[in-house]
Amino acid sequence: MSEQFEPVIVGFLCNWCSYRAADLAGTARLHYAPNMRAIRVMCSGRVDPQFVLKALKEGADGVLIAGCHPGECHYVEGNIKALRRFILLKRMLAQLGVEEERVQLVWASASEGKILAEAVDKMTEQVRALGPLRWQETVLSGNGQWVEATPVLEEV
Amino acid sequence: MNMGDNGKPKLAMYWAASCGGCEISVLNIHEHILTVDSVFDVAFFPCIADFKIEHVNNYNDGYIDVCLFNGAIRTSENEEMARLLRQKSKVLVAYGSCAYEGCIPALSNLTTKEATFNTVYLDNPSIDNPDGTIPQPTYQVPEGELDIPVFYNTVKSLDQVVDVDYTIPGCPPEPPQIWAVLQVVVAALTEGAELPPPGSIVGARTVAVCEECPLEIHEKSIERFYRPYEINPEPGLCLLEQGLVCMGPATAAGCGALCPQVGMGCRGCYGPLPGVEDQGAKMLSAIASVIGAGDPTMEEDELERKIEAVVDTIPDPAGTFYRFSMAHSLLHRANLNGNGKGV
Repeated sequence: MSEQFEPVIVGFLCNWCSYRAADLAGTARLHYAPNMRAIRVMCSGRVDPQFVLKALKEGADGVLIAGCHPGECHYVEGNIKALRRFILLKRMLAQLGVEEERVQLVWASASEGKILAEAVDKMTEQVRALGPLRWQETVLSGNGQWVEATPVLEEV
Repeated sequence: MNMGDNGKPKLAMYWAASCGGCEISVLNIHEHILTVDSVFDVAFFPCIADFKIEHVNNYNDGYIDVCLFNGAIRTSENEEMARLLRQKSKVLVAYGSCAYEGCIPALSNLTTKEATFNTVYLDNPSIDNPDGTIPQPTYQVPEGELDIPVFYNTVKSLDQVVDVDYTIPGCPPEPPQIWAVLQVVVAALTEGAELPPPGSIVGARTVAVCEECPLEIHEKSIERFYRPYEINPEPGLCLLEQGLVCMGPATAAGCGALCPQVGMGCRGCYGPLPGVEDQGAKMLSAIASVIGAGDPTMEEDELERKIEAVVDTIPDPAGTFYRFSMAHSLLHRANLNGNGKGV
């Protein structure tokens, strides 16, 4: 039996909307991809870009940030801050060679269990199609040193 | 302490992938250089005196008391020298931004060795290289085989290759900070005073550059960013609030905020604040928080468009936020296997 690649997605879910959406998806017994590891944060605005980079470096194949819809933030505009950061982070990640599907932002209110579940399903398929990221193995080796390409230069 | 021939502790300074500015910064401590000369015996310092690698090879392990190592690890020779000087030195100091966190050379971690070679040896308008010659690690000549150091694909900081005892940040470190550090070392060597705990970052402060910066701050949000040539900043006012990218909020102080005071946003050369792993990510957060566009009443699409328009005015986020810290950032380098758009 051929093993299907199961992406690891770290999900930062805001306490007031998206974590409750995930709860609702559970109590409603929705079936969706089990690939997201949920981490509850008080607000999507709490998600430091360092969290995202660290997740990618330490084995995540993707990172999902989920928060309240704009205008519905428990802290008025924490989610707008998250969006500003996310838009800038996406640009930077492109320069770092991280495909844009690997880091996503979705809005899911406490009643939108289905929307969250669908977003996780969709992202899981997108990341599965991209394949593993494995930053430590492909870009860095296990001990934090770099794997150097064989030092042979092609003739020009 | 190794009291050799003349009884003085031995000082070394070596450059790896660097520009030479760090050596000049040491000489730039003015008359204090005479104190350095009276306290230390220079054991290896290729920039200012004639030393060969054989001299170092012939030293006993730990012969050099203090080695200031500047420059990043870019080639196999840089790495070999780092290992050799680690072995021969009691105290190895990562001196300056290149040794500490990769600095400008490490910006090439956003691309490949091949692309760097293309720019340096082939595509540059000022290059005359009709045969398209690029350095080969080994080359056959009638007399035999010649070899030169291997150029690595990735630039590393010194601490990613050998153990480092202390770090002095800065591009280059500022003379008063260098002198302050040297005084501590001199006191330790001559009077038995305590050295800071190993692993310390010395010659920098634990607050942000903004703390030292006299420019006035108001609560202002940015509708677009400017590159330095695009505007003349208003004197006396915070540059970031005027739309100039200033790394002050994400950078350790110690330099006296020299750049912002002459109208140039902080470049970030003193590296991240204590407890921060990734200076670029912190700067990204700081920049995102001054973006004024978008409010919660907007439709989601409009909100995104407005913010995108502001972000469009920052042409090279990775190169700007990681100008000095790419090798020491969380991701260390760009992933060249991915199908991200790259630079």
